[in-house]
Amino acid sequence: MNKKAKTKRELPLHFMLLPGALLLIVYSYIPMTGVVIAFQKFVPINGLFGSKWIGLDNFRYVLQMPDIWQVLWNTIFIASMKIIVGQIVPIAIALLLNEMRNALIKRGVQTLIYLPHFLSWVILGAILVDILSPSQGIVNQVLGAIGLEPVYFLGSNSWFPGVLIASEVWKEFGFSTIVYLAAITGINPALYEAAIVDGASHTRQVWHITLPGMVPIIILLATLSLGNVLNAGFDQVFNLYSPSVYQSGDILDTLIYRIGLVDAQFGVATAIGFFKSCVSLVLISISYYLAYRLANYRIF
Amino acid sequence: MHVQSLGRKIFVFSNYTFLILLSLLCLFPLIQVLAISFSSSPAASAGLVKFWPVDFTMASYKYILGKREFIQSFGITMQRIAIGYTINMLISLLCAYPLAKERQDFRLRTVYAWFFIFTILFSGGLIPVYLIVTNTGLLDSIWALVLPGAVPVFNVILLLNFFRGLPREIEESAFMDGAGHWTVLWRMFVPMSMPVLATITLFTLVGHWNSWFDGLIYMNFPDRYPLSTYLQLMVINSNPMKMDPTNLSGIIQISERTTRAAQIFLGALPILLVYPFLQRFFVKGIVLGSVKG
Repeated sequence: MNKKAKTKRELPLHFMLLPGALLLIVYSYIPMTGVVIAFQKFVPINGLFGSKWIGLDNFRYVLQMPDIWQVLWNTIFIASMKIIVGQIVPIAIALLLNEMRNALIKRGVQTLIYLPHFLSWVILGAILVDILSPSQGIVNQVLGAIGLEPVYFLGSNSWFPGVLIASEVWKEFGFSTIVYLAAITGINPALYEAAIVDGASHTRQVWHITLPGMVPIIILLATLSLGNVLNAGFDQVFNLYSPSVYQSGDILDTLIYRIGLVDAQFGVATAIGFFKSCVSLVLISISYYLAYRLANYRIF
Repeated sequence: MHVQSLGRKIFVFSNYTFLILLSLLCLFPLIQVLAISFSSSPAASAGLVKFWPVDFTMASYKYILGKREFIQSFGITMQRIAIGYTINMLISLLCAYPLAKERQDFRLRTVYAWFFIFTILFSGGLIPVYLIVTNTGLLDSIWALVLPGAVPVFNVILLLNFFRGLPREIEESAFMDGAGHWTVLWRMFVPMSMPVLATITLFTLVGHWNSWFDGLIYMNFPDRYPLSTYLQLMVINSNPMKMDPTNLSGIIQISERTTRAAQIFLGALPILLVYPFLQRFFVKGIVLGSVKG
């Protein structure tokens, strides 16, 4: 085929991509150029490039904010704990589910455990606020029944991060469990048969066949989650926190929201956002690279 | 095989018990909310309701379903789902098809692919996106809820990987018979992709139903809120249990526990309804999206 015919043949493909590409330019690429606000004393009326340039002043201002290191630490701590616990629990549950022989109950359990994944943090947050309430909540009623003092889970800095981590894992573990279960189902049954012939106990089969069979997918999900180290979960924190737990629960995303959209300090908020985007870009790139090298993963 | 040791029997028993309890743990909070929503207000605020309604009443539901704001925000959500779903699906199909082509069939394929992928690697952040939505005049309009997220890049990737798995011969023979790209996409790829399209449909519908933050920042007036944003206002911001003094301003009334519970349950209801039907599809979709080789 000559070049001209080829170009003509490809023409519809360009047309198909046109709407999507235009929308991405407007709502993704132009906002990317909007990071210049981080280096300006931004006044909306003057437009993106008409405001006064102030160099790194916004960044200096951020570094002098009293809470910024605490917020950064909260973000990394909450996100990392969610990643770690969120990996271990589904692996354990997938192994236990695999031991279930009754298909009906197995299916029922699977169906129920990934239900919370599809509910939003508005719904789940409201449910948590209700069941964890110190006065009326059912959790504190149970604690009271066994003689413990009521705990203000969402109002105490020592409990709040734990509640965030536990409830995130509760929401998402069912979803990952399915992925791991699929990996277990893919293991060659001949391996188990051979192990039984050799007299391997059940525990040893799990240890030497099932777990190693899951390793590639464990590595893949672990490396891909690396990109989330600065994503501590805006939706969740925003719907659960209150000023009394800012100290332990405020994260970069909620701080950006309050500074930018509540206090309208666009430049400062964009500076923090720019920092977060850059670190995330590096982390995601590393994670995709590692996933490619270690697990032969490709996005497309 | 059939001889089980005592230890094994104990393990099997405790395993069943544990996993059944665990799955109930995922269900009980919803059941409690349901029980509270059907209980009388005094019983609920005294903390008497466990998993069954006390003094059964439909009063909360009658009150909420009679509220103009609730119905109005439900209408806006339906509108965003109708427009948003159509746009998301069209764009996903239109983008996935060319991107699934091999290099020799579409020379700029890799360039386009990176153009799409880069948007999930880097973002301008909350403020620049907000300013663009403002500057394109979308504030307070339904399009603010639809256009910024119109290109679902993850769904495009899911779909293009599925397209690449389809046998090439089908496509080639269609081209031999004189079919063009559009015909191949609509007449062959779309009918063959029903399982993955069902998965994406579910994700998109649930996503639009659940989205609340865009409504909060792009809508200046609560009567333009989609349902999730309205619920966020009613069950989170006006919740005295959360005790956030900054949000307890005069305009927001403190709501009753039963009313909140009814709203929570109504917010979760559509998801509970579509959940069993599309289950079969999305389990496939999750696995397809996460563990493809």
